Amino acid sequence: MSALEPGTVLAPQEYAVTRADLVRYAGASGDLNPIHWSERVATQVGLPGVIAHGMYTMALAARAVATWTHDAPVLEIGCKFTAPVVVPDDDTGVVVVVGGTVKSVDEGRATLALEVTCGGRKVLGMPRAVVAVDG
Amino acid sequence: MALDSSIVGRSFPPTRPYAVTEERLRTFAAATGATWEGGPAPATFPIVLAFEAMNVFLEAEQVELRRVVHGEQRFAYERPVRAGDVLTASLTVSSLRQIGGNDVIGTSSEVHDETGALVCTAGATLVHRAEEQA
Repeated sequence: MSALEPGTVLAPQEYAVTRADLVRYAGASGDLNPIHWSERVATQVGLPGVIAHGMYTMALAARAVATWTHDAPVLEIGCKFTAPVVVPDDDTGVVVVVGGTVKSVDEGRATLALEVTCGGRKVLGMPRAVVAVDG
Repeated sequence: MALDSSIVGRSFPPTRPYAVTEERLRTFAAATGATWEGGPAPATFPIVLAFEAMNVFLEAEQVELRRVVHGEQRFAYERPVRAGDVLTASLTVSSLRQIGGNDVIGTSSEVHDETGALVCTAGATLVHRAEEQA
């Protein structure tokens, strides 16, 4: 594994998210919670509109980690879901941006601090991942 | 309706065995715009197991899924998930707080393979949103 050195800033990854993506993720994950596809139910329970599965956003963060590390095995990954990603009912949706910095590389473990935003606003709290690295 | 603090420490029955196939991994990866071509499962894939374990808990406690929002999620791996694994997950409630009428539920779901070995621990904080005041 090269380029995973402490302080390395990883190239931000941008992912578009549309309602169709949420429906597809609902099917693949088994999370059929209607707040991720029904405006009526989402607003009924006090949300601003249909929101992305937190796990969908986290999966995008994991996708960025896999891209940066060339699919290094993930030992730990986690975050808080601090702000909803509201996905409008249109064809363009919203863009989620995943940035990252290598915090430490030690004893075969690289710790990455992530920053995940949508519309300039952080949507995940303290997202981080630990991956296995050679050496 | 708020949950009772007596659920803290309670474990719920394991999910039905789930066969991790290549097709399921490809489908999961594709749903996040990625591709899976062998090797470890996508890092958040065990949510499929953890979500089922959560459903067992929600049904037992008669909590409506639509009132639940994800507050936090962590995965800690003992080993990667691979095609061919047969996995089960069981959830334990680790904490319960009431904040602003919402239940904030700390949970830990252990994912085991067919030999009983721990594969991954999925920790989740679930926010059970209060009913609107009439």
